[in-house]
Amino acid sequence: MIKENRVRFMQGNEAVVEAGIIAGVRFFAGYPITPASEIAELMSIRMPQVGGSYLQMEDELASMAAIVGASMGGLKSMTATSGPGFSLMQENIGFASMVEIPCVIVNVMRVGPASGMPTHPAQGDVMQARWGTHGDHPVVVLCPANVKEAFDLTIEAVNISELVRVPVILLSDATVGHIRERVELPDPASIALINRKMTTLPPEQYKPFAAGEDCVPEFADRSNGYRYHMCSNMHNEWGFPADSGHEIADKLIRRLDKKVDLFQDRVTFYNTYETEDAEFMIVAYGSVARSAKDAVKLLRKENIRAGLLQLQTIWPFPTAVVKQFCVGAKTVIVPEMNMGQLISEVRLAAGCEAVGVNRADGMAISPQEIIEKVKAVK
Amino acid sequence: MAQVKDYLRPGKLPHIWCPGCGDGTVVGAMIRSIDKLKLDRDLVTVITGIGCSSRVNNIMDFHSFQTTHGRAVAFATGYKVAKPDMKVIVVTGDGDGAGIGGNHLIHAARRNIDLKVILINNQIFGMTGGQFSPLTPNGAIASTAQYENTEYPFDVCKLMEAAGATYVARGTVYHLALTEKLITRSLEHKGFSYVEIITQCPTGYGKRNKMADPYQLLMWQKENSVPVEQAGKYSAEELKDKFIIGELLVRNDRTEFVEANARLIDKSRAKAKGGSGK
Repeated sequence: MIKENRVRFMQGNEAVVEAGIIAGVRFFAGYPITPASEIAELMSIRMPQVGGSYLQMEDELASMAAIVGASMGGLKSMTATSGPGFSLMQENIGFASMVEIPCVIVNVMRVGPASGMPTHPAQGDVMQARWGTHGDHPVVVLCPANVKEAFDLTIEAVNISELVRVPVILLSDATVGHIRERVELPDPASIALINRKMTTLPPEQYKPFAAGEDCVPEFADRSNGYRYHMCSNMHNEWGFPADSGHEIADKLIRRLDKKVDLFQDRVTFYNTYETEDAEFMIVAYGSVARSAKDAVKLLRKENIRAGLLQLQTIWPFPTAVVKQFCVGAKTVIVPEMNMGQLISEVRLAAGCEAVGVNRADGMAISPQEIIEKVKAVK
Repeated sequence: MAQVKDYLRPGKLPHIWCPGCGDGTVVGAMIRSIDKLKLDRDLVTVITGIGCSSRVNNIMDFHSFQTTHGRAVAFATGYKVAKPDMKVIVVTGDGDGAGIGGNHLIHAARRNIDLKVILINNQIFGMTGGQFSPLTPNGAIASTAQYENTEYPFDVCKLMEAAGATYVARGTVYHLALTEKLITRSLEHKGFSYVEIITQCPTGYGKRNKMADPYQLLMWQKENSVPVEQAGKYSAEELKDKFIIGELLVRNDRTEFVEANARLIDKSRAKAKGGSGK
């Protein structure tokens, strides 16, 4: 049993496991993949200890299906993977969005496309996390930069998935997943846990997809006469297919879209550093934000007014936050371990010039590379 | 004894199936089996994937959900672990279950998880308009095999046996009494159960194969089926392209997965407390 010692030397992937357990996850299904395998290995040890289940599925299609199935049965559920597995999960992430089943998908990003570089970090799945499954759909994507954030954001991921009834993707990367750091964990008793809203209506009046003002339907345990249907086709409030019901489809798709909009403030997390008078605003997320912070420190020593806005929530894109902090900036610098996936969103929101620092070769972006870019645009 | 209609959801008829389709007959057989066993309908869940077969749980009044193409068994695996007291029935088709979902079927059988898979085999992709499936006979005509089907179907019952299923059976819509008995037996069995039911698709398969009348397809089922008790009398040549029907395998030598998982939980907790965990 893990000792009640709150100061821990922990790996990012391990933090995800411990936070998931504290947040109430009692079902994990996965398939081995580098650099996410430690999550599965630790879950196989820890899940049974807390009365939960670890399932090793035949592939990531099945892992994703199994966690949604378990969540439909009432268990808080999670899976973890990396790029190639994340691609396979897209089909049933769409199902979870459409049928509004809470679940958490951890993607410890590695270099792609295809098999890419299994042990090296990247941020190539930013757009896939948002738009990987077909059709318009709601999703929330959180991005940790260190072990502590991996812990905190995993708890948020589970809570948000239950609150909003959306799949939540924790977009980690090989650096965050594998790094070991000293972390001070919060007292579990101090962590607020959220459980999906349960219906109070009697079975004959219960409609699994009827939603009130918050656009989130109420859940019913499948017992005591609540014999309802759910389907992945466009469906009415009773959960039955409405294949040619254009009005029903319009109502559903707009509600799914609005649902996350309504909770945008609740699901938006970010950090700032030296932003007040920043002329050069670095907007970064994930492990790259660590280099960006060092870059800001070094630039300030040279009296160059640089600041950092670290986005922990990247989808729904926090347009208002980026706008707020970039309003006084001359140039926005967006370092990403990809060829420029989030920069267009940042540019639109910031309303000023935005330049990228990009690499997708499995190497971390160094503070020096960011500093050079700032000096080049200065 | 209750009637079939007592187990149907109010207002959900007519169903979407074509005239002469066998899917409704399978629904009737499933309901009669459930009724015979007096299963609490609050403890039965019917899970489906995509295709004509997936629509059975629209009309059956049990807990139900319809998932993505081929993945019903994988969804059901997670669901069964979350709801161990639930009798979980997965209804699939030959495209859904033996094609796109084949891998999930194999591994669920290997785990011996207590799912009741009923594969409705109409030898064709019906809902999408009659394309050949992994179980379409060699030489048959389909909308994507306009000259002839050059591929061979495979015996999913044998596959299930090899994969580790603990109950395997095959019936037909023509042999309805037998089929009903097989479904009943599979529901009583603890462990992974696979029941294949040969059925007819006059629209997607029959019309293109000179059997437009559902009666002809039922006769085809009759003529091509050999009861397992009599199979020994025939040579391999005589059994070529025939369906062996009946109870093909029952074994009770493997621990059911959810039960094994519960034991694992106990073991891990004993170990965490400082015991040997053995």
